[in-house]
Amino acid sequence: MQVRSMRTGLIGLGAVLLATFAVSGAMAAEEPAAEGHEAGVNWQKWKAGNEVTNTASLQRGAANFVSYCSGCHSLKYVRWSRLATDLDISDKLLKDKLLPEGAKPTDYIMASFPAADAEAWFGKQPPDLSLVVRARGADWVFRFLKGFYVDPSRPTGTNNVALEGAAMPAVLSDLEGVKSAVFAEHAGGAEGKTVERFDTVAVGRLKPAEYDAFVRDTVNFLDYVSDPSQVERRSIGLWVVLFLLVFTAFAWFLKKEYWKDVH
Amino acid sequence: MAANTDGLPVRTGFLAWLNKRLPVDAFVRDQLTGYFAPKNFNFWYFFGVLSLVALVIQLVTGIFLTMHYKVGDTTAFDSVQYIMREVPFGWLLRYMHSTGASAFFIVVYLHMFRAFLYGSYKAPRELLWLFGMFVYLALMAEAFMGYVLPWGNMSFWGAQVIVNLFGTIPVVGPGLVEWIRGDYGIADATLNRFFSLHVVAVPLVLLLLVALHLVALRQNGSNNPDGIEIKEKKGPDGKPLDGIPFHPYYTLKDLVGVGVFLIGFAIVMFFVPTFGGIFLESANFEPANPLSTPDEISPVWYFTPYYAILRAVPDQRLGALLMALSIICFIVLPWLDRSPVKSSRYRPLTWKLALGAFVISFIGLGYLGMQKPEGLYVLLARIFALVYFAFFGLMPFYTRGESTSRVPDRVTFSSH
Repeated sequence: MQVRSMRTGLIGLGAVLLATFAVSGAMAAEEPAAEGHEAGVNWQKWKAGNEVTNTASLQRGAANFVSYCSGCHSLKYVRWSRLATDLDISDKLLKDKLLPEGAKPTDYIMASFPAADAEAWFGKQPPDLSLVVRARGADWVFRFLKGFYVDPSRPTGTNNVALEGAAMPAVLSDLEGVKSAVFAEHAGGAEGKTVERFDTVAVGRLKPAEYDAFVRDTVNFLDYVSDPSQVERRSIGLWVVLFLLVFTAFAWFLKKEYWKDVH
Repeated sequence: MAANTDGLPVRTGFLAWLNKRLPVDAFVRDQLTGYFAPKNFNFWYFFGVLSLVALVIQLVTGIFLTMHYKVGDTTAFDSVQYIMREVPFGWLLRYMHSTGASAFFIVVYLHMFRAFLYGSYKAPRELLWLFGMFVYLALMAEAFMGYVLPWGNMSFWGAQVIVNLFGTIPVVGPGLVEWIRGDYGIADATLNRFFSLHVVAVPLVLLLLVALHLVALRQNGSNNPDGIEIKEKKGPDGKPLDGIPFHPYYTLKDLVGVGVFLIGFAIVMFFVPTFGGIFLESANFEPANPLSTPDEISPVWYFTPYYAILRAVPDQRLGALLMALSIICFIVLPWLDRSPVKSSRYRPLTWKLALGAFVISFIGLGYLGMQKPEGLYVLLARIFALVYFAFFGLMPFYTRGESTSRVPDRVTFSSH
């Protein structure tokens, strides 16, 4: 009875842990990117669907970042050398393709032009992106980079469905093309705006699927940057949990042996 | 091994020398091998030792985090990122500490629930319960101030909300708030003093209270699921009939419990350290910004039941008062419960229903404290708060003269 109740208890605790793990897993689970057509453009449901274990995607994302983002945005907690090590980028490639003029590999990744200029041009300093995925989530960054539409009332000429009144101009429109948004009549708050459809104003250099892949790689890179140890963490974690399972099994048998004497 | 009449082993050489100067053997006999604990402990009796494990995890990881953390409003946030990215295994230290904080509260809440279940706060263990409650209060202070240290935006605004609660105290309130902050707003001075309190003052108090909690526990021995005092039934050898030596029986059994706990701990820490934004809130990955309020200010999950009570009341002063009262209820529990019987096993359905309703309310409030206070949620929070206070407030009435069933003379136990 006693042994059984303890076993039931342990199984119960295990079940609770597994359930919480499963629930949290489900919370973090990525659904495939889908655009609902029944009720307009379901941009709130767009998923990044990125994988931080995909090194090739991270490398492309790093290249995208250097080409399109690093002019204005810094990654002030990340050193170029760490990036190169984690992403399997050779020293030569780092120096030739990624490092800005005059920067050392051990330097942090800083924006190219002065913050004061940026503030004068855009009204606010472009934020550092080291932690953007942790603060907003990968899906949000994905939606933001795909969310620009023409809005003549804005100083930049564009607005964003994911961030109403975004100060950032649509710098990727060369790749994505330019689109306008048709909103549903019952438009409520900024976040609740329902987009009926996007109309293409001008096509970009990339096809829609290619642009999605471009954004996904970039978001993937920012996901890695926001928590650079995450891949290592999961692989170590597996061994730790396996060790603890074996340890606990031995402890359980030892306990059982001793408790034989208790009547 | 040969033994003296006092049950101590006969020692020669260094051990004899040592024991003459330090009562090592006597301590082991009194506290481990000769300390008899009821043999019928069940699942719920793991959470005391697990609280100790959590305490040790927090102390050790905290020491190492303090080596790298740089207190100050311009350095704190950056130094946490430095720990996460550049200190070897710094991410492990930080996630252990952040997961440890939540784990600590999980095991403490379950430990407290065990006391409700089996009446562990009743005579002669009222002081044991009181020390436990003071540990809980110190833990809340420790967790709150620790949450401010990363100086994220939720740290800043959470501190703002909680510290301002003291401002609702009549007359002295506004001055008190300024005294706590050390400035006219949450600022560098606040962060510095919270650091000092978090790493020195409160841990010292915690350790002292935990020591007192353990001394008080050993004074009368543990309660058990049957709520029977095992010392009242002793064999001819003077040992409790229903007791077994703490070591090796409970040390080994606890080792299994610690193993299971660590498995759960490792799964969360390595695979879901933010726990979907519940253990580490996403708004706290943005630096503290006095000009930008997070969408929704909410404390970490372990405070949300009280936070929900605070928000359930339209008047802030009354809300803060009820929030304080909701914690005081726990402290006076031993004097609210008038039932002559300890264990729920032998208490009537009314008690079980009341306890069940309370647990549902507490968890419900915890959930609501994490949601926006809108519509149905406000109503639900008020209902749960009402049940919460009714559980404690009416306890003297529904527990007095309870029709209990007969408590057996010996504990319920069978080895197979």
